[in-house]
Amino acid sequence: MDLSVINPALLIASLMVASTPILLAALGELICEKSGVLNLGVEGMMITGAICGFAVAVETGSPLLGFLGAALGGAVLALLFAVLTQVLLANQVASGLALTLFGLGISALIGQGYRGVKPPPTGRIDLGPLSDIPVLGRVLFSHDWVVYFGLALVVAIWAFLKFSRAGLVLRAVGESAEAAHALGYKVVRIRIAAILFGGACSGLGGAYLSLIRVPQWTDGMTAGAGWIALAIVVFGSWRPGRVLVGAYLFGGLTVLQLNLQAAQLPVPVEVLSMSPFVLTIVVLVIISARRRGASGAAPAMLGRIFHASS
Amino acid sequence: MQRRTLLGTAAALTMLATGALAQSDGPLKVGFVYVGPVGDGGWTYEHDQARQAVEAEFGDKVETMYQESVPEGADAERVLTQMALSGAKLIFTTSFGYMDPTVNVAAKFPDVKFEHATGYKRADNIGTYSARFYEGRAIQGHIAGKLTKTNKVGYIGSFPIPEVIRGINSAYIHAKKANPDVTFNVVWAYTWFDPAKEADAATALIEQGNDVILQHTDSTAPQAAAEKAGNVYTFGQASDMAEYKPAPRVSSIIDNWAPYYIERVAAVMDGTWESDDTWGGIDSGMVGIGEITDAVPADVKAEALALKDRIASGEYHPFTGPLKKQDGSDWLAEGETADDGTLLGMDFYVEGLTGEIPN
Repeated sequence: MDLSVINPALLIASLMVASTPILLAALGELICEKSGVLNLGVEGMMITGAICGFAVAVETGSPLLGFLGAALGGAVLALLFAVLTQVLLANQVASGLALTLFGLGISALIGQGYRGVKPPPTGRIDLGPLSDIPVLGRVLFSHDWVVYFGLALVVAIWAFLKFSRAGLVLRAVGESAEAAHALGYKVVRIRIAAILFGGACSGLGGAYLSLIRVPQWTDGMTAGAGWIALAIVVFGSWRPGRVLVGAYLFGGLTVLQLNLQAAQLPVPVEVLSMSPFVLTIVVLVIISARRRGASGAAPAMLGRIFHASS
Repeated sequence: MQRRTLLGTAAALTMLATGALAQSDGPLKVGFVYVGPVGDGGWTYEHDQARQAVEAEFGDKVETMYQESVPEGADAERVLTQMALSGAKLIFTTSFGYMDPTVNVAAKFPDVKFEHATGYKRADNIGTYSARFYEGRAIQGHIAGKLTKTNKVGYIGSFPIPEVIRGINSAYIHAKKANPDVTFNVVWAYTWFDPAKEADAATALIEQGNDVILQHTDSTAPQAAAEKAGNVYTFGQASDMAEYKPAPRVSSIIDNWAPYYIERVAAVMDGTWESDDTWGGIDSGMVGIGEITDAVPADVKAEALALKDRIASGEYHPFTGPLKKQDGSDWLAEGETADDGTLLGMDFYVEGLTGEIPN
């Protein structure tokens, strides 16, 4: 064993990269759930975003347009969910699961011609002298723009929910749709907007996988990341800051255990492999054991169907 | 009352349908169960290519069906049962983890033939087949030993099963022969297919100074990670992965299942199918060695090709003594070669490898 081969700066840098897809998807789902809509189709929207972003980036040669395409692709799939659950009043859990299956299928279909193609590279942002600071420069100032975008989104969503009037309305819709409706707010429209935002964020998360982290297109490449994002929203008790911690914790442990294995740490591999999941469970237990537990923090209308007549 | 009538009718219809299928002289239905998506560019992709070859060979006389990304475990049993019920007379289960599900389902359908890849449990209606990938690993090991500048070779393992351990041992033995200073760092990904995790594993290995990466997982993600890092060499796994030529991918092991699948389908058609164990290598063409690119120095390439020829002709066995196990105990004496039984159940590292095999 030689732990000195692990460079902490590189480790933290790759942790941030590994966490970004689930962070983006979890933030989108957070907004969606805050409006009282449980969309279990994150996985489907991520994979659709992954292929839409990949296809657009390859065709146009621009990763930026690729990410826009990914957000659009995710949002279009989310629109389907919105129509089903908000207009046709279908069951949200069933529609979400169907969305995942549909997303996996349609992405494989779109992706037929993109196997083995390499996407245009997304460069790291050059922050000049900042990137040259030892350790700190590598950890904080030498990422691609999406990593910073994810962090900015955490702050933006926190401020939106806490300080803005629109954020208050969104929360009201999620806590008591009837009350919000009585006050004259358009519950269905607000929810559709939240669902679309969730889809766009999931799409971005998926595109981060296919364009930067892996970077290539393979069928089913999200491999369950969407489900982890869903869990992290609960883990973060519907707060953006905690969602960030959750995403970094999960991504970090995944990267750390691979690094420890590569450094031949004499700890059973099984223990290392399950550590992210064990820690997730432990934290969930701690959170829910407190007075205002994880379930108490959930939006009151989560998963319930609203119709103006009720 | 109504519901009961409905259920009764449905049951009767199902029985009629299955009865009719069993009677009909239509095309032979052949099922394939895949562990990953057919577009993984590796393991499952090659199995699906072979399925298509079966269709091309027999045309109307055969009807194939497949299900992709089937989890190993209880879910596989459901899929297998469904295939058998829908009339498949021959089912290929193409991953090690389908072993027990295959055995369980085969017991319920004595008329259906099963072919299980890389396993060791057989029955009257279960045959097993695999390829001697370790022959290809020997060649990769040799090239890896010659190419590495840091003397550190990374190896992304999937699950600690004999198949994977054989590959690690074979690659290590030949890397060591080519370069006595080489060390192997093995990372277990505990997945056959998860591009993000495979990329992370490759990145972790590369950041720790491993400049040649061997993989026993199915996607091309480690290739992409190596390409991004630069100055790292990789090998195509299961499929040629030619899109990463000439570097990082410098060679590959290609699984060619088509001749075997065609042979077995033909055997079921003319009634000569019998349960057996097939283990093909470079000689039978089941294991192909992809083009060795110019990123490899010419003399190393020549050595690798010579090694390939010696293995193909049977002149050389990749596990030839003297070899010791990791704990220092003797395994093979000078000139002795490993028997297939030991290889099939291999659960130990050879001397020199560090780390422990997870249970």
